Amino acid sequence: MNNLDALYQEVILDHNRKPRNFREIEGADRRVEGRNPLCGDQVTVWLKLDGDHVADVSFKGTGCAVSKSSASLMTSAVKGKSKAETQQLFDKFHHMITGKMTDAERGQMGSLAALGGVSKFPLRVKCASLAWHALKSALDGGGEVSTENEGPALTEGA
Amino acid sequence: MTRKSVRIRKSLALREPAKPVAAAPAATPPATSKPRTRRDDFPILAASPNLHYLDSAATSQKPRAVLDAMRAYYEHDNANPHRGAYDLSARATQRYHDARERVADFLGVVDAPTLIFTRGTTEALNLVATAWGRTNVKKGDELVLTGMEHHANFVPWQQLALEKHARLRICPLTADGRIDVDKLKAMLGRKTAVVAFSHVSNALGTINPVRDIAALVRDKARNAVIAVDGAQSAPHMHVHVDELDVDFFAFSGHKMLGPMGIGGLVGRRELLEAMPPYQMGGDMIEFVGDETTTWNVLPHKFEAGTPNVADAVGLAAACDYLDTMGIEKVREHELSLITLIIERLRAIDGVTLYGPADLSLRSGVVSFNVADIHPHDLSTVLDQEGVCIRAGHHCAQPLMRRLNVPATARASVYVYNEPADVDALVRGVVRAKGMFAHG
Repeated sequence: MNNLDALYQEVILDHNRKPRNFREIEGADRRVEGRNPLCGDQVTVWLKLDGDHVADVSFKGTGCAVSKSSASLMTSAVKGKSKAETQQLFDKFHHMITGKMTDAERGQMGSLAALGGVSKFPLRVKCASLAWHALKSALDGGGEVSTENEGPALTEGA
Repeated sequence: MTRKSVRIRKSLALREPAKPVAAAPAATPPATSKPRTRRDDFPILAASPNLHYLDSAATSQKPRAVLDAMRAYYEHDNANPHRGAYDLSARATQRYHDARERVADFLGVVDAPTLIFTRGTTEALNLVATAWGRTNVKKGDELVLTGMEHHANFVPWQQLALEKHARLRICPLTADGRIDVDKLKAMLGRKTAVVAFSHVSNALGTINPVRDIAALVRDKARNAVIAVDGAQSAPHMHVHVDELDVDFFAFSGHKMLGPMGIGGLVGRRELLEAMPPYQMGGDMIEFVGDETTTWNVLPHKFEAGTPNVADAVGLAAACDYLDTMGIEKVREHELSLITLIIERLRAIDGVTLYGPADLSLRSGVVSFNVADIHPHDLSTVLDQEGVCIRAGHHCAQPLMRRLNVPATARASVYVYNEPADVDALVRGVVRAKGMFAHG
């Protein structure tokens, strides 16, 4: 599989066309907006907690196939996980998309492994990680509900 | 500007001509290759036959003549100008002076000291908004911009309006991406302090009727100054700043075959002389007392610190290159290429084109979208074909909101582009469509 086909796998294209959890959550505990000022991509993540666990998570926004599918896959992957498990998954995910993971480790990533092709496209790392940074900010956000435009403007070096 | 202008060709001969620089061996194309093309003048393109560079609205590639001129300056004439009492410094001073005269001549500016060298268009516009704006704009004044401005000609005015409690007014665009001149007319009046607009839109390629708009402003808003962002016009079409009757004209060297880090502001002399300096330091002073300081004459008053001589020399060489080709020929070449791009893209199902349909109103920029493919994904696919385009908001988020899109793909052409670049672009778009097709 060439790099381009590895980037735009069927899973990615499918989640781009039909993003999962692409909705607002009524009565969410947290809401964080993430922006990529370089390209104008924007994502809002809603989070509902049940104690220490992610009860529900969703997103909406505009972005490329990489950012949209990554957000979609993320919401499916972290639902039901504890905060600590979610943070661990974020760390692993970041390792994967920045090329710091072996193929064997990538095999443990479940459906998120489809985004492994991003590691060959350093310019697209920030697309893949945009929603994750918003989620992390939502998890770290203390007890307050974020309001519109309160979220951080997210940038990340490739 | 109203000064009577005469286009004077000045000799660029040095007092001590620079010795020729030894050409790098790799720079010469192999003897067996196809006939020389303009690409061969550009080392980066000559070295990569499969590179299809369609992002010249972001920055242009540099011809060997520009790179050689800069190298020759450093190898033969480099010293800090305006300072040393020795011949080498005098030579550096002369090179800088000649570069200014050369660029002023290229842009049709007779009074060369009214051309201030800056880092580029952004710094030039910030200079105006800061040095002129903070002194002259007051509460209740109106600053009129358009919906197509680059952030560099938008944010400085927006922030000035916030600081001074002035009113920012944004002129709407027509459906095909031109300034709606009737609506602009209705916005002008005695409260108008500034009318700022781009000569050519960086995101749509629209060529705006600067002289007509200027005449309108002079008629309806006598107190207003006119600031024009010329970043996308100076490189691509005949620009004679003196004939435009505007007060400020900003441009960037790196978009017109020159190096990054140099550009300029042409200003009306009376305004520049009345304005306070933008930055303080060396070179821009006349006399520094313990209590007060007096300012140097133009252009030095606005050029604090050691000037960027090598880049100015490079920009002058870029003007030589463009004049040798002929700016009318540049325009003609670009028009033929965008005609081809638009024709070929229009034939592809799902492609939306932005900007005026009348190609005589367009510069070498084609902004477009492909249904169900985000411009970033498109540009990644194109990159695999060696095609460089810009994808995103083009530093024109207010415009993207008005087009009701988050982003567009933008192909832009210059002197070195060929129909083969258009073929590669179209090939890439078709490939992306295949990849993202439903099913």
